[in-house]
Amino acid sequence: MNQSAATISARYAGVLGSFELDVAFEVPMRGITALFGPSGCGKTTILRCVAGLNQMPGRLVVGSEVWQDDVAGKSLKPHERAVGYVFQEASLFGHLSVRGNLRYGYRRALKNGIPETIRFDDVVELLGIGYLLDRATGELSGGERQRVALGRALLAQPRLFLMDEPLSALDRMTKEEILPYFEALRASLSIPVLYVTHDISEIERLADHIVLLDSGRVIAVGRLNDLLADTRFPLARNRDASSVLEARVNVFNAEDGLTEIDIGGEMLVVPGRVGENGSTYRVRIGASDVSLAVDRSSQTTILNVVPVRVLDIQPLDEAQLNVLLTIGHREGGPKLLARITRRAKRVLGFAPGQQMYAQIKAVSLVRSTGRLPTSTAK
Amino acid sequence: MLSLAELWSPIRLTLALASITTVLLLVIGTPIAWWLARSKARWKEAVAAVIALPLVLPPTVLGFYLLLALGPSGPGGWIGGFFGLRTLAFTFEALVIGSVIYSMPFVVQPVRNAFEAFGDRPLEVAATLRASPWDTFWTVAVPLARPGFMTGAVLGFAHTVGEFGVILMIGGNIPDRTKVLSVAIYDYVESLQWAQAHILAAGMLVFSFSIILSMMILGKRVARPGA
Repeated sequence: MNQSAATISARYAGVLGSFELDVAFEVPMRGITALFGPSGCGKTTILRCVAGLNQMPGRLVVGSEVWQDDVAGKSLKPHERAVGYVFQEASLFGHLSVRGNLRYGYRRALKNGIPETIRFDDVVELLGIGYLLDRATGELSGGERQRVALGRALLAQPRLFLMDEPLSALDRMTKEEILPYFEALRASLSIPVLYVTHDISEIERLADHIVLLDSGRVIAVGRLNDLLADTRFPLARNRDASSVLEARVNVFNAEDGLTEIDIGGEMLVVPGRVGENGSTYRVRIGASDVSLAVDRSSQTTILNVVPVRVLDIQPLDEAQLNVLLTIGHREGGPKLLARITRRAKRVLGFAPGQQMYAQIKAVSLVRSTGRLPTSTAK
Repeated sequence: MLSLAELWSPIRLTLALASITTVLLLVIGTPIAWWLARSKARWKEAVAAVIALPLVLPPTVLGFYLLLALGPSGPGGWIGGFFGLRTLAFTFEALVIGSVIYSMPFVVQPVRNAFEAFGDRPLEVAATLRASPWDTFWTVAVPLARPGFMTGAVLGFAHTVGEFGVILMIGGNIPDRTKVLSVAIYDYVESLQWAQAHILAAGMLVFSFSIILSMMILGKRVARPGA
């Protein structure tokens, strides 16, 4: 089988208990790929199969390494797979100190002659856990425990990071406390991540790619926004469906206190001073915050009006429609999802291919993507 | 009348028997406990029941079958033949074999419980941290199960010290070879040597009390860290 070395290619088909899984997907060997779907869709099972914790007939190739190949009768044992696994609960070793936990996989990786690409001191600094090193694990808070678990997995020098809903056991406050560390991780390391979650807000914030799953099948694989905005897939049918786009800070207008950001060649403004010129951000635009107009209306309080082209219109319920748009009038611009009423469409009478204007009521910054949020950048 | 050497002999023999038995129990019992805790075989509970049998079986019944097994026409006699013995019964070795079987459930049960208590997760974590199953066993499973090992070792030791029926059946009452504490006390009472019986019995009482007490204190201390 010919496949590029820069991908993770997985195929599993089998039964585990009463659960039937039949999936195949290929995702890039970089960035965060979210395995997303309702509970019971098999996302955790896939992750466990990738780690070797569950066995299922199939094939798994990570970069240039074959981890499982049933034809060749090969399947690496869990401890032979260079993964870093973060479980839902931190699952720290109670008989070891924080330092002992961090060093567990680290020592074994180095003993196996694996080059130390992730250094102990860097991880401790990145995750801000220096003050915890000599504590017993029982004394840590939920957020601290998960940070230590993250560091422990990192120090095992993984080629592939596996995260099974690492934030779901945490309360909202703790989640907000931890997310920046995940983002820092993403920005400073080039290890690919398979991230299991059923929380769309985590996906909007962290994911670069999505594998959409439902009842043991893959529905779609693709880049984050392609799937978020795609009217054929369930994500666009969520009540708070959205588009997530990459934006570059253009200039800050001090007079109005607005920052101008560039999305696919079109300019939007967001309130306040956002980052430095040239830095990139991820922005989220709710589908319900996008309305459509046939011309560039001048009589509106909405500042963000951009030219768009209608790509697709899909019914959502008896009252509403999902409209997939592309920003700008050129081909291949960023995709934007709008939610409008059936009546509005009837009145305006537009169809796919038509050029219109999107009025965007709210743009929220999800996160910085261009630089590290912490000072530990090396 | 009161000979110190005569009193010391059964104590020394008992301590030797209990120590050797405890070490053997840990060596043999740990893999059994591990298998019982981890295996998904349906018949494992049958094995567990066989190991637990001495808990409910009258010691004389166990002793009777052991006697047959160790005697000249049993496997014990056959093995004894290699060492120029006609039988393994009525030897110190017989006591060790009997004690290991008799005290097995007292070690296997707490160790198995401890292995089961922490579930699969720590083992899975270790596997994803590049630890082989053997490595995981020694660096994660055994340390996490330490309270179980301590309980098992203390119970196994104490139970061997207090053993009577099986010993009488397979060991007899041979001074310096099979006459252990419990048998010696019985013997002294039989021959109306109350003073000697008192000394040994009171000693046992104090010993047993300190065992139970130290186990409770240890149990509390182990329960605290970790979590």
